[in-house]
Amino acid sequence: MPAKRQASRVRRQRLRAAWLFLIPMLVVLAAVAGWPLMRTIWFSFTDASFANISEYGLVGFENYLVYDNGAWYGVLADPTWWNAVWNTLFFTVVSVGMETVLGLIIALTLNAQFRGRGWVRAATLIPWAVPTIVSAKMWGWMLHDQFGIINEMLMGLGLIAEPLNWTANADLSMWAVIMVDVWKTTPFMALLTLAALQMLPSDCYEAAKVDGIHPVRVFFKVTLPLILPALMVAIIFRVLDALRVFDVIYVLTSNSADTMSMSVYARQQLVEFQDVGYGSAASTVLFLIIALLTISYLYLGRKQIGGEA
Amino acid sequence: MNRKLLKKIAAKTGFAILLAGILLFTVFPFYYAIVTSFKSGSELFDVTWWVSAFDFSNYASVIGDGSFVGSIWNSVLVSFATVIIAMAFGLTAAYALGRVQFRGRSAVLMIVLGVSMFPQVAVLSGLFEVIRALDLYNNPLALIFSYTIFTLPFTVWILTTFMRQLPKELEEAAIVDGASPMTTLFKVFIPLMWPAMATTGLLAFIAAWNEFLFALTFTLTDDQRTVPVAIALLTGGSQYELPWGNLMAASVIVTVPLVLLVLIFQRRIVSGLTAGAVKG
Repeated sequence: MPAKRQASRVRRQRLRAAWLFLIPMLVVLAAVAGWPLMRTIWFSFTDASFANISEYGLVGFENYLVYDNGAWYGVLADPTWWNAVWNTLFFTVVSVGMETVLGLIIALTLNAQFRGRGWVRAATLIPWAVPTIVSAKMWGWMLHDQFGIINEMLMGLGLIAEPLNWTANADLSMWAVIMVDVWKTTPFMALLTLAALQMLPSDCYEAAKVDGIHPVRVFFKVTLPLILPALMVAIIFRVLDALRVFDVIYVLTSNSADTMSMSVYARQQLVEFQDVGYGSAASTVLFLIIALLTISYLYLGRKQIGGEA
Repeated sequence: MNRKLLKKIAAKTGFAILLAGILLFTVFPFYYAIVTSFKSGSELFDVTWWVSAFDFSNYASVIGDGSFVGSIWNSVLVSFATVIIAMAFGLTAAYALGRVQFRGRSAVLMIVLGVSMFPQVAVLSGLFEVIRALDLYNNPLALIFSYTIFTLPFTVWILTTFMRQLPKELEEAAIVDGASPMTTLFKVFIPLMWPAMATTGLLAFIAAWNEFLFALTFTLTDDQRTVPVAIALLTGGSQYELPWGNLMAASVIVTVPLVLLVLIFQRRIVSGLTAGAVKG
């Protein structure tokens, strides 16, 4: 009996300690994430300005959508916003798609046994470590319209007749942004894919080899289905990241409408146009899009885990 | 027999070309930045593939510029402080989440995961107000404070994953000896957690070193900036031409430490990235 009582005393003590340990973290998260998010949502219903953020009036849904004098106003009626939404979606789908394929190729290569593999793996990590700002500047220089090495290479190969203005040309600038992002984040995809590949059992490959099945067929019938769950997690992470893209676009092409993403749009309204109300409304819409995606992912993920158990 | 040999050679060559392509793709942009950083004047406008002469004038002018060195110090301060804060809050939280069964545990984990999905711009105006209220605007302390929004969630997440893998017997001995949870954490777990702490610390350091949006918005003057902002806003003598030589020298200066960290700790970083994503 006393032993049992002592055990429950220890349990209670541990429970109390657990919450004591958690509270500081929860307070910090509330201060840097929870409260600011609530305030952003609140501001989206006001006419607050950046210069004087403490004085404002409530305006209801005016920042989102309002019908006034025969025309619609607000974020949801702004063609620039919808252009930013389209740009962000295009950027996300194309760059994450390319990163997945390239990452898979690099991972399959690194999964083979060869001398110096550790070094190659370390080298593939370099783009991941380079600050986004630096990679945008480095590529900005390589893509320079007059002195850039990319134009020089393409002209040397006879692919283009005259230098292209990658970052200013409306048809090319989004591809320039995608190029930089693919360079910077493919290593992340490659490493996560590689980790999944290295967890695969080797016996089914030996069986396939004995049966003389073509490696390409083995890849599509065995490897890909087995690494698909891990690959999906990596893709979701990258998609959520790509939807909030800011740095690379802001540095490479500034506030150009051809490449403007939702984050760039929201920040421009907030800081440059000083319109905290309107910018907060755009930020809130972006938050809702990402929250919806996250929740549906968590829901689907939980279902999958439940199915396996 | 001969055909088989030929096939083998072809496969080997193909693989070598693939490897060379991967290496070129990943390393070349940084290599080219280094090449450019050693050029000055009109040399910059000739495309060359190798360093022909080591001209350090770009480095001299970047380091001679007091505000850039100041930015480096700000970045160092902000990154180290961010790591220490993330560790202090992350370790205690990870102990609770990884070792104690309690109601609400998965809810807390969901909150942590949810915060890591936040778009930074969604908290920008609210955070700006908080920073104004704390009188931290245009102060690196504002960055240390705001960076916890992205460092704390993944620190907690990864440390919890590692903490959970440690054997149960460790703790039982401590409990039998009547050690308090705080003593257990410090005497039993932290000594075993060094590898995991090094991993998360590195990831937090790199994330803080590279952050741009908050640093751009919450600082105003040159002397309070961190390096990413300093590089993004670096301008030349004339309004129309960017000083590419200086830019590349500055880029190399801020990237070399990170590249060295990555080369030395690549195993730790890879294990951290995969623990954060795959097991999540």
